[in-house]
Amino acid sequence: MNKNSLNSEALAAGLQVFMDESKDLISQMENLLLKLESGSGSDDDISALFRCAHTIKGSSGMFGMTEVERFTHVVESVLDRVRNHALELSSELVSVLLDCQDHIARLIDQACNGLEADTAFSDRLIDRLSRWLPSHSADAKTPMAAPETPQPIQSASGLWHLSLRFSPDVMSWGMDPLRFIQFLEQLGRIHHLITLTDALPHLQENEASSCFLGFELSLETSASRSDIEEVFEFFGNDMQLGILEPGCPPLAFRHLIESRPEEEAAMLGWLVECGTLNEGGLAALDAPAEQSVATTTTSRPAANDNRDSRQPENKTLKVAADRLDSLIDRVGELVIAGAGNQVQAEKTGQAGMLEAAAHLLALVEDIRDMALQLRMVAIGEVFSRFPRVVRDISAELGKEIDLVVHGAEAELDKTMVEKVADPLMHLLRNAMDHGIETADERVAAGKPVRGTITLKAFHESGAIIIEVSDDGRGLNPDTILTKAIEKGIVPEGANLSRNDINQLILEPGFSTASAVTNLSGRGVGMDVVKSNLEALRGNLEIHSEPGQGTTMRLCLPLTLAIIDGFHVGVGDASFIVPLDMVVECLELPSGMNSVDVMEHQQEALPIVRLRDLFGSHGTAHARPRVVTIRFGGKCIGLVVDRIHGKCQTVIKPLGPLFQHVPCVAGSTILGDGDVALILDVVQLVRHVMTREQRRHALQEGLAA
Amino acid sequence: MNQDITITTSAGKLYLAFVLSGEHYALAIECIREIIEYDTPTPVPMMPHAVCGVINLRGAVVPVLDLSVRFGGSPVQVGRRSCYVIIEVCCQGEQHTIGLLVDRVTAVVDVADKLIEPPPSLGTKINGDFIVGMARHDGHFMIILNVEKAFSIEHMSAVVSIHPQPSDSMLAA
Repeated sequence: MNKNSLNSEALAAGLQVFMDESKDLISQMENLLLKLESGSGSDDDISALFRCAHTIKGSSGMFGMTEVERFTHVVESVLDRVRNHALELSSELVSVLLDCQDHIARLIDQACNGLEADTAFSDRLIDRLSRWLPSHSADAKTPMAAPETPQPIQSASGLWHLSLRFSPDVMSWGMDPLRFIQFLEQLGRIHHLITLTDALPHLQENEASSCFLGFELSLETSASRSDIEEVFEFFGNDMQLGILEPGCPPLAFRHLIESRPEEEAAMLGWLVECGTLNEGGLAALDAPAEQSVATTTTSRPAANDNRDSRQPENKTLKVAADRLDSLIDRVGELVIAGAGNQVQAEKTGQAGMLEAAAHLLALVEDIRDMALQLRMVAIGEVFSRFPRVVRDISAELGKEIDLVVHGAEAELDKTMVEKVADPLMHLLRNAMDHGIETADERVAAGKPVRGTITLKAFHESGAIIIEVSDDGRGLNPDTILTKAIEKGIVPEGANLSRNDINQLILEPGFSTASAVTNLSGRGVGMDVVKSNLEALRGNLEIHSEPGQGTTMRLCLPLTLAIIDGFHVGVGDASFIVPLDMVVECLELPSGMNSVDVMEHQQEALPIVRLRDLFGSHGTAHARPRVVTIRFGGKCIGLVVDRIHGKCQTVIKPLGPLFQHVPCVAGSTILGDGDVALILDVVQLVRHVMTREQRRHALQEGLAA
Repeated sequence: MNQDITITTSAGKLYLAFVLSGEHYALAIECIREIIEYDTPTPVPMMPHAVCGVINLRGAVVPVLDLSVRFGGSPVQVGRRSCYVIIEVCCQGEQHTIGLLVDRVTAVVDVADKLIEPPPSLGTKINGDFIVGMARHDGHFMIILNVEKAFSIEHMSAVVSIHPQPSDSMLAA
């Protein structure tokens, strides 16, 4: 047997898999618990819940996380009783189990980071759980309590016999056979163990990281065959497991002996040595054994079937995120290079060359789309944590709130999913705290007592829309306006539309709740949510009907890496405007040199002259163009010198030197190798507006 | 910078010597990544004049500085031998690449530490903090620059945020 340390790397890899798996299992537990509490669960769900706990217990034991194992064991025992209908899954029990589930996650985290396990907290939770356990299991607090009290063994034939052969490379999968054998001690007592060293190669050829050992052992236990099989389930096809039950027929012995490469005499000797076979049994084995019925030896066929049947649902591959990122980076380069190639081909004017370049570019763009697809994950990953939040917070607020989720399968970029979680959480808390009324108010308003919050996601023209709606009291335009005037956000007597008033709650320093509660109103207001979303190039709109409810509508791009751009030229420089903001292109009427507003379709269109704003040099165009941009319900015209058209843009960050530059969101490399800057239109307009305000203030100051 | 990778020869350390508006300067060679030919940079609006813009360095977008403006002089007159010295600087624990526009690169010189004189308190045009010391080479003095101070990204981006933007001259119009 090799030393554990030899395999520390492989073990670490195994540990990573375990961490990922346990995270999945824990979130699965949470979902199941919430489902069961809502009364929509079935017996299958209870079994699934039990299996989650059981698997966590089992695998944490493999990695020597005794505290996780000890604690999860108690949880498992309670779940076992629920499964056997000895116990009702009350709402109170679910609460405790949810806490337990959190604690398991914490314990695993502590164990993986080499921190001290919080045993005191485990004990407190075990105390809380103990009322659902029969009194005699209350002593589970002693570490490493045996899961099932072993039955006294009547005779030597009460021994199980295990014959273990491992494939040489099991250690490189991070599985150390020794740990599994040690784990058997949890099921019972190992009566006798023989280590088979026959397969060990000559010392010179020995591969220290491979496993050439076999084991024959006898085990005293009251556990079932499936319990024992489960211990070794992790090995899958990488081991041969032979199990002989106590008192099994001679045929089973025969099968086992025949399935082993070792000499029959040697096998028989080991069986006797282990105490599994006595003299009488040995004689019986020699007799012809056709009449025996049982087929008890399994070289794990059952488990193998199990594995195969599981495969279809498990066809995902886990890839490190940074590998994916560098792939996407490279694909971005490839798109740029492909476009450059196309430009060069156009210069040659050869039809064959052009066709080849166009074909190449089309393929590269396909690859880019596929590469981006790899990063797409379902928004459900974020949504799945909200049922728990709603449950906990509604309890805290004393309101009854249901959460309805639609479109959890809508996909968006992994980085977006991570970044959108916090703003969404905030919107949700807001809806629960400010949106939904108390039960009394709801009854008085003739609404159902239970409030409903709907979380909905769907794709719309290259973007994802996420809506958080509640059926609460809605926004009160008068209160908002009064408050906004009070806070000096809008001037007194301002004439605003209902929609404009609603958007005011997104302004910095605005909070309508008169009492600051524990939940929302903690200073981080809606303005932070809004600016976080703007950083993701998204926007937030609010629709509200007083008395009917409020809908927060979030619109986000699917990815942050690539945008469709609109390429314009100002002086010698090139700029990219996000294409989804561009409405149309116009020609600037002549004689408009000093006016900052032009007439378009009977409406005044404010214009920003980029040439002046950026102080650009280089050749101006005699007839500048106007690119009309729409955002947040407003239209602005950007005056540029040249329009080059639509292009695919791979966004490259501009580095810390440019972090304070307004108006520029990033840069990109064009097909001809030149660098173009990506305009941040929202910031640009904001910049122009503050400058104008400053100028007016200055002029008033001069006039006075 | 990478203090642990100092290239030392029997005589001393290696420096890259270059000329900027008639003055001789030198930079420790460890921070230099490469020297590339001049190519018109893409200007970044609303940046101080010391930042010429950005260039495409094999797929990476790299900012380039006009060292002469950075040291308080007039912009570099681009000539036949103008080039970018690409260096690496550290900012908030991360390595960043920036390019320096210089008149011409002259040599890699070997200067023993003991031959480096402390910066004079008077008489240099540039901020004394930017200088490690002075060394004599080939009959003239050259100024050895302190990379961390002279090209501190924190400092330069702070300058950006308070720099009066050139376009503000529009206000007067």
